[in-house]
Amino acid sequence: MSKIVETAEIARQDPSYYQALRELLFQLADDDFIISFRGSEWLGLAPHIEEDVAYSSITQNTMGHAVMYYNLLEELGEGDANFLAHDRGASDRRNGAYLEKRNGEGKYLEEPYFDWALAVVRNYFYESFKKVKLEAISTSSYKPLANVAKKVLMEHPYHFAHWKLWIKQLQTSSEEAKKRIQNRIEEAWEEFLDVLELGNYGNEMVQHQLIAIDEETIKGNWLEEVKTVLVAMPEGPLGKKYGSGRNGEHTSDLDQALGTLAEVFQSDKTAIW
Amino acid sequence: MVETTKLEEIYTVLKTVDDPELPSVSVFDLGMVHQVLVKDNLVQIKMVPTFAGCPALDFIEMNVKKAVEELRWVKNCQVEFTMEHQWSTDAITDKGKTELKKHGIAPPPENYRPGDEWTVNCPYCDSDYTSMENVFGPTACRSILYCSSCRNPFEAMKPVVIQPLNS
Repeated sequence: MSKIVETAEIARQDPSYYQALRELLFQLADDDFIISFRGSEWLGLAPHIEEDVAYSSITQNTMGHAVMYYNLLEELGEGDANFLAHDRGASDRRNGAYLEKRNGEGKYLEEPYFDWALAVVRNYFYESFKKVKLEAISTSSYKPLANVAKKVLMEHPYHFAHWKLWIKQLQTSSEEAKKRIQNRIEEAWEEFLDVLELGNYGNEMVQHQLIAIDEETIKGNWLEEVKTVLVAMPEGPLGKKYGSGRNGEHTSDLDQALGTLAEVFQSDKTAIW
Repeated sequence: MVETTKLEEIYTVLKTVDDPELPSVSVFDLGMVHQVLVKDNLVQIKMVPTFAGCPALDFIEMNVKKAVEELRWVKNCQVEFTMEHQWSTDAITDKGKTELKKHGIAPPPENYRPGDEWTVNCPYCDSDYTSMENVFGPTACRSILYCSSCRNPFEAMKPVVIQPLNS
């Protein structure tokens, strides 16, 4: 079976295809959305001004990627893109649970003791994963999605190179930097696995050629990449301490994020921006 | 009016619709116009975004629609951003490159290939004694550089190229 689905209308005709496509799109959208939100919380707090410009630019662009996926969902008939971003509860979200984790102790407006080591490790791990997944989606049977994936892949190398540089440098920097990065790597090892997974409809995604590789291959390709960069690979298997975000399992950190990011939206849902 | 004249008229208009951030640099010269279709008094324009995260897209869409609908024979103009085709910095016209320089923005390198070293000449003095200060700039499509020859900071359009997969 090598069908190409050109439009939302055709995708809707096959319930099994539609369900798998919908899940995949929510994963892509929600991942980029939540990591952008956590990125936006660093605004004004990054280690130096050039990094503030760089990180906010990456975050804005990544939010733009989320918008493209929410727009595809809107075309499919899932509702208005703004509502999909702002007005869905935690259990409807499909982002990997590790991505919703708070940036550190404190709050953005009060005593934000955020941890740069977490930002570096999380973003490097995520951008490595994003490359693997998008390359597997750039040949997707759903043409509108394949087009978006190709577009994102043209912009992604800048993001990826940025975080790779950070993690490489901090791993060979001061003793404190090395230790803090390594601690966050060990921590992520126990929490990152569901990001690499495709959730309950993973088999259907592969069967319908929405994505070219299965989750085992995603995991393998991701490991190949991080192996080239990590100075000390953690022992033991990857874990998903917080459950599977792909199946709607999330932490209270996501509730906190949604409460903050949708605060203005919730104050007047009929407002026109 | 014959269709070719209509098309010409529309392109003339598109050359006057500027990027909201870059007065004098038109969306046409930035290479964002992909296709113009005319059927009687209805116009359909397909555009390609520069960077996906660009917040100016809605404004551009609105400005293009408004400008084209000012043509007397046009009843309705639909503008749509499409992902079917990829924008690349190669699509910027020579006029676009000249106008960008006036804003202190160096145009992208020509015939750039992924992996190549990226050198940028200063838009003010044309020296190549320049350095990259930050790949990321005030917008997604621009970087921040410094000219050690005339000692001016400037910006440059990031080269955007189709990445070979699995590289």
